[in-house]
Amino acid sequence: MRSGVASGTQQQTAQLDQVIVRFAGDSGDGMQLTGDRFTTSSALMGNDMSTFPDFPAEIRAPAGTLNGVSAFQVHISDHDILTPGDSPNVLVAMNPAALKANIDLMDKGTIILVNSDAFEERNLAKAGYAENPLTDGSLSAYTVYEVPMTSITQEVCKEAGVKPRDAERSKNFFALGLVSWLYTRPTEPTLEWITERFGSKPQVAEANTRAFRAGFDFGETAELFESNYEVRPATFEPGEYVQVTGNSALAWGLITAARLAGLPLFLGSYPITPASDILHELSRRKEFGIRTFQAEDEIAGVGAALGAAFGGALGVTTTSGPGLDLKSETIGLAINLELPLVIVDVQRGGPSTGLPTKTEQADLLHAMYGRHGEAPLPILAPQNPSDCFAIAIEAVRLAVKYRTPVILLSDGYLANGAEPWRLPDLDALPAIEPDFASAPNHVDDDGTESFWPYIRDAETLARPWAPPGLSGLEHRIGGLEKADGSGNVSYEGVNHERMVHLRQDKIAGIAADIPLLEVNDETGDAQLLLVSWGSTYAAVAAGVKRVRARGMKAAHAHLRYLNPLPSNLGEVLGRYSQVLVPEINLGQLSRIIRAEFLVDAQSLSKMQGVPFRVMEIEAAITALLGGKP
Amino acid sequence: MTTTAIPVTTRKDWSSDQEVRWCPGCGDYSILAAVQMLMPQLGVRRENTVFLSGIGCAARFPYYMNTYGMHSIHGRAPAIATGLATSRPDLDVWVISGDGDSLSIGGNHLIHALRRNVRVNILMFNNQIYGLTKGQYSPTSEVAKVTKSTPFGSLDTPFNPVSLALGAEATFVARTHDMDRAHMQETFRRAHEHNGAAFVEVLQNCNVFNDGAFEKITGKDVRSNMLIPLVHGQPIVFGVEGEERGVAQRPDGGLEIVPVGEAGPAALLVHDEKRDDPGLAFALSRLARGPYEPTPIGVFRAVERPEYGAQMSQQIVESQEKRGLGDIEALLRSGSSWTVE
Repeated sequence: MRSGVASGTQQQTAQLDQVIVRFAGDSGDGMQLTGDRFTTSSALMGNDMSTFPDFPAEIRAPAGTLNGVSAFQVHISDHDILTPGDSPNVLVAMNPAALKANIDLMDKGTIILVNSDAFEERNLAKAGYAENPLTDGSLSAYTVYEVPMTSITQEVCKEAGVKPRDAERSKNFFALGLVSWLYTRPTEPTLEWITERFGSKPQVAEANTRAFRAGFDFGETAELFESNYEVRPATFEPGEYVQVTGNSALAWGLITAARLAGLPLFLGSYPITPASDILHELSRRKEFGIRTFQAEDEIAGVGAALGAAFGGALGVTTTSGPGLDLKSETIGLAINLELPLVIVDVQRGGPSTGLPTKTEQADLLHAMYGRHGEAPLPILAPQNPSDCFAIAIEAVRLAVKYRTPVILLSDGYLANGAEPWRLPDLDALPAIEPDFASAPNHVDDDGTESFWPYIRDAETLARPWAPPGLSGLEHRIGGLEKADGSGNVSYEGVNHERMVHLRQDKIAGIAADIPLLEVNDETGDAQLLLVSWGSTYAAVAAGVKRVRARGMKAAHAHLRYLNPLPSNLGEVLGRYSQVLVPEINLGQLSRIIRAEFLVDAQSLSKMQGVPFRVMEIEAAITALLGGKP
Repeated sequence: MTTTAIPVTTRKDWSSDQEVRWCPGCGDYSILAAVQMLMPQLGVRRENTVFLSGIGCAARFPYYMNTYGMHSIHGRAPAIATGLATSRPDLDVWVISGDGDSLSIGGNHLIHALRRNVRVNILMFNNQIYGLTKGQYSPTSEVAKVTKSTPFGSLDTPFNPVSLALGAEATFVARTHDMDRAHMQETFRRAHEHNGAAFVEVLQNCNVFNDGAFEKITGKDVRSNMLIPLVHGQPIVFGVEGEERGVAQRPDGGLEIVPVGEAGPAALLVHDEKRDDPGLAFALSRLARGPYEPTPIGVFRAVERPEYGAQMSQQIVESQEKRGLGDIEALLRSGSSWTVE
């Protein structure tokens, strides 16, 4: 991986094809910000990258404790990568707790950069260290660099008149400066960013600038390091790129979809981790004609969105698992009313409050079946952060075309993870046609024209969408069963059965309107098929790539549509003697596959609040293939 | 939306073709008639009118109005109405609810719709009982109510809906009853004129499960002695001629009912529905401990406060004036972007 190249300076600059850095510190240490800045400067350098913010639910757990450790892992490379990496090459540990919480992730021989000032008795005790790991020899397998980050930061800030206690807060910029030097990142983007971000607080800007420069200079002058490293730009398809998180991409996808449909966007939402950033992003974009409504609760959030949809707006609600529980009744109403509605569930660890800041995929069966009665709806899931843009548009397309609520299952990993995204050609995106009802559609027995809200389109089985405002189309809809066609209340059994089938057939029919499942089977003769959905895409794709490099054969198919499933899925499954479904749940998709296709789909389950590591997928494939190519 | 003159309509135009299915003798019939007969007088269009409801006997109301309508789920109508009314300021949105729908399962949505001042007219039919589920006590039932679910008497202190609405920062709060069409229509008209959330408690008789709940105050022969009409700018008086009583403020600030003959007209409280401080309106709402003591009806409070949906729209207008109409190409580049050749 390393190849030494002499450079003009004292130290050498070595070439790396990739590096994984993990910044870890107290929740209040600004590790997310530090990681984010390192990511941005790497993206601007043209590296491929993938990030994994990993933080606790508490805003500020007691300082110095294991519970308070917040980490940000970033993988940068000179080639195409899919995941934030299995094991970091470098761990930046701002205190003993950060070291202790992350040391198990580190392979022997990797680099650990510690803020040695923080390794004093009190902090060591809080982290549960009986002995100082910097001196007891327990880290002898690693390359440890001890840097007094706090005291140097305080020293350089003193000249600027910043009090030591305030200066201490800038130590994350020292760490960022040092790592920026270590990986030859440009300093300008970060310095400019500091000036912009802290413009209103000149003293803070000055302290952060000084700390950042001090960190960078420390690397160059301390002669602590044998060399620094360079990760060359990756080869990307030509185009314009931005760095994007799943939540931002999702918000932008909703805005774009509303524009494509010519509908005003109405978001009814209640703050919940890890979905709130979608609410935040849409709330500050009012120039797009967006109405955002922070409701009194989850139920009101989806209720208001449904009310707006009745009025002809694009109704959207965003939430996470606990909120999806609360919205279930209203989603059932939307299924009965047959109105367009998009429900975004950014999944997190459950049940109940569970693991609010950790990722999971365990809401799939809830999305499928979590309502009383026969209540089908389409379910989509993005496969990586940037796909959140496209999947949001697709969710809106299906909701509007089929007059149905659609559940979009993102997750905490996609929501907060970032990657480079080649901007799409907006002009190439097809329009979404709301096709509002404009005239009566029925003639009564006495010859008068009237409007029947449940006369369906023969092809899509969708009913007309007739928002208030047009004379002659006045109609009443509701949660009671309706007579086929007229939409009047009907308790008649045969009619009910017909309506149940019509609602089911409408959703099932969407299979004809979505792409066929593509299979990545390089040689065409693999015996094992891996099926992934949602954020497991990255680890599964990377794992398949790795076993192929070792001469093994495995095929990979990824599902962006969970309901209805692609119409060729059964045929695809039938081509393989073994099917493995890795999921961050106890095997929910594998259960659906077994039930739908009578296929012996095996589950690979992980529920630790973090995505699969590539090596875990690799190991599972190897085991299934008997360890042989 | 048409720009032509509003067509002349009659009650028939506002009545749907659906058979009304409330129990014979239900107070809901007279409320429906009052609304259907009022609508032609309001100068509004059917196509721009929406009736929304939750669940309960009252919630069937939208099916009987020849307008746009939605019969939704239990307690949620104010939330659904908030989305509709804020995104469609051109519509007249009415919410029809009951005491269980509004004050039990939907209590949260009701108070928030009121404090936000969303432009909706909420008519809450209060019959102090659960009718559609066949006779359990409700959040407005009197203490010790014996019902199927409380065979030994209910334990819960009831809500006073007017007090609750006033406490929820409502800008328009009124009470009327199902035995007086003219008073209902006048109250509903006032609610409709109000630019914001209007809350009207309609005392309504459930002749099957709670017959005569309000008889002691709304009965024809007792009404003039038991209902206290609130008239803005007028001293609060009630009672048959020669036996008038009025409402006066005690030295401790509380309100009491006094014989006008003894206290003199100058001692009477002059009703001020536009008073910014809701304290006196609240005190008026506490005059009767239950529907067996003299009870104020009419508009308790009607004050102006910016309407929620209009403010929401205004933020959009201001953002567009400042930043121009949203440009998606620029949005996608709101972070740093780089180009690969």
